[in-house]
Amino acid sequence: MNFDYNEEQQLLADSVRRFLQKDYEFEARKKLVASVDGFGDKVWGAFAEMGLTGIPFSPDYGGFGGGAVDLMSVMEAFGEALVVEPYLPTLLGAQCVARAGSDAQKKSALPQVVEGKLKMAFAFSEKGARYGLAPLAVKAKKAGSGWTLEGEKVVVLGAPSAGKLVVSAQAPAGPSLFLVDAKAVKMKSYRTLDEMRAADVALAGTPGELLGAEGKALAVIEAVVDFANALVCAEAVGAMKFACDTTLEYLKTRKQFGVPIGTFQALQHRMVDMFVAYEQAKSMACLACSKVDGAADAKERARSVSAAKIKIADNARLISQEAIQLHGGMGMTEELKVSHAFRRLTMIAQQFGDADHHLERFASA
Amino acid sequence: MDLNYSQEELAFRDQVRDWLKSNLPADLRDKIANYEELTREDLLRWHRILAKQGWVAPSWPKEWGGTGWSVVQRYIFEEECGYAGTPPLIPFGLSMCGPVLLRFGTEEQKKKFLPRIYNGEDFWCQGYSEPGSGSDLASLRTKAVRNGDHYVVNGQKTWTTLGHYADWIFCLVRTDPGASKRQEGISFLLIDMKTPGITVRPLVLMDGGHEVNEVFFDDVAVPAANLVHKEGEGWTVAKYLLGHERMNTGRIGGSKRELAKLKEFAAQQPGGGGRSLMEDARFRDKLSRLEVELMALEVTNLRFLDRMRRTGQPPGADVSMLKIKGTEIQQGLTELMMQAVGPLSQPFKAVNGDAGFDEFTAAIAPRYCNFRKTTIYAGSNEIQRNIIAKMTLGL
Repeated sequence: MNFDYNEEQQLLADSVRRFLQKDYEFEARKKLVASVDGFGDKVWGAFAEMGLTGIPFSPDYGGFGGGAVDLMSVMEAFGEALVVEPYLPTLLGAQCVARAGSDAQKKSALPQVVEGKLKMAFAFSEKGARYGLAPLAVKAKKAGSGWTLEGEKVVVLGAPSAGKLVVSAQAPAGPSLFLVDAKAVKMKSYRTLDEMRAADVALAGTPGELLGAEGKALAVIEAVVDFANALVCAEAVGAMKFACDTTLEYLKTRKQFGVPIGTFQALQHRMVDMFVAYEQAKSMACLACSKVDGAADAKERARSVSAAKIKIADNARLISQEAIQLHGGMGMTEELKVSHAFRRLTMIAQQFGDADHHLERFASA
Repeated sequence: MDLNYSQEELAFRDQVRDWLKSNLPADLRDKIANYEELTREDLLRWHRILAKQGWVAPSWPKEWGGTGWSVVQRYIFEEECGYAGTPPLIPFGLSMCGPVLLRFGTEEQKKKFLPRIYNGEDFWCQGYSEPGSGSDLASLRTKAVRNGDHYVVNGQKTWTTLGHYADWIFCLVRTDPGASKRQEGISFLLIDMKTPGITVRPLVLMDGGHEVNEVFFDDVAVPAANLVHKEGEGWTVAKYLLGHERMNTGRIGGSKRELAKLKEFAAQQPGGGGRSLMEDARFRDKLSRLEVELMALEVTNLRFLDRMRRTGQPPGADVSMLKIKGTEIQQGLTELMMQAVGPLSQPFKAVNGDAGFDEFTAAIAPRYCNFRKTTIYAGSNEIQRNIIAKMTLGL
């Protein structure tokens, strides 16, 4: 038993934090959010240079062969800084290739991802599917030696910046994954509440390259979404840490009735409950990441990840709401970073399954 | 990062588990499982079984019978006992007075008291709280006046758990009422419960059980040799005692057992619509959230243990959260169990002989009542929040 990051993980976390403190403070982030693409090429280049884009990929394709635990410290740091770059979407798209693709497909995509030249996105959600992972209305049919796709995917995170998309679709044999050129689809792009970019993706006879066996994709989709949940849990822990730290600081400096408001017991106990919620969330993120890497089977993985997501969703809500309440009116404004953390934490609680979805999954796993 | 126990720790856990399987007497195990009240003899019997095995006071130094286990082994041992459903080890001697004597006692005091605590020959209780001094312990007023080779004690203690079973009581008393600070002028005395002038009066709780008492001291003569540490330095002793053994306040093993029992029980109860209660989404979601809380608490506890092992430092103030969360979970379990029993939670006590109701289901609601104590005792959960606010967060 040991909860330490190893030396490599710690060094990586330190260099990511240093970079973010220097080049990604709140003002710099504001500019990125307001920019045309909603992220920074220079930032992305730095991520690749630090090796972040290669962490969870095999050394055969230039990666480091790491897992969710190796990504945990990075995601925590991203959460603290509220990073909006399409890092997670790229990892998810590329994870589909890494888990389901042929050697040739991996060779064509993964080294480019690792080098920071290719961004990806994972188009799995559809209108009416809510949090269900099986493709519904998006259909794939054979066209000559290849496939074409028909239908619409919604809220595809990172799609506007992606070069390639992984799209889930119903093929005659069942749920399948396809690699699709982003230029071949029609996108309606938008900003999300938490200041990232996403798009609804229309497929109309769009060519796709089958990834893995036809009809066998559901287990891969589930594994990749579990991976996604473990990572957003870690990211949430970072955002919670920021929200707790900044609220504590505020309680110590903001004066009313001639004293710092942190001297009031009514507020102290609420602050303690936020702190305890953060620690509990951190524990569950550790559990989720280590089970994503090392669970005995898919059932154990599902149970642990869903348990973690329940706790993180509940505690994200508690911490973000309390952070705003303890800041008072100032917490409501866009001017304070805490309101942005509120938005990210709120969305994390809704992404890849909310608490109710995972309660159902936890109880039936 | 590795959340699993090492091979050695797993082997140790299996050893403890096997030993408990063959050494926990069936009648005691059943009493615990059925929520029956334990007698003084039940408690001491289990104490002596562990003493014979050499496992009754793991944290003590080896020369006094300690096991030399690591913090992780100690944690595993306690959680396995909880999970197996052993009677509790009453902490007043083993985890409170014992460690205090080891740290502050004279050689004579150690020789006189420690072996008897270890072997379960003396039953101890704690004399801290008073009617006017609960969370604000330093306001205590029971006074001890030195008179030659004796102190004369007058006053009242309350919430004295199992005081009616006890041979000895350790007490905080005021020896210098004129001290400039309230924390000064307090002393730590060991008092024989058979001394003339001591009266024990039961305080029956809302579950009908007799666990706690009021203890009255009326000109009670206590030999000066029973003073622990220096006169007027009792607050130092009290603080040491409160800081001791704080790593296992989460009671995770016991809660795991209760959770498993609750699931099994709920699966047999009707939940409406022809389904079992376990298949009722409203009930099941509450149960799942509690289970997730327990998982989070367990990992958090392991993280604290890992930090202690890594840094070699005593637990920080933030481990108070183990008590907060552990007791909230225990209460949550009793509440859901009562809900699972439904209307059959109402029968309480027979009036004339055999009333014919099920003893097990009748024990559930009183247990719910009884467990309200957990967030109040051992430093109320509000006091635990004060501790974290002050010591950890610097508020």
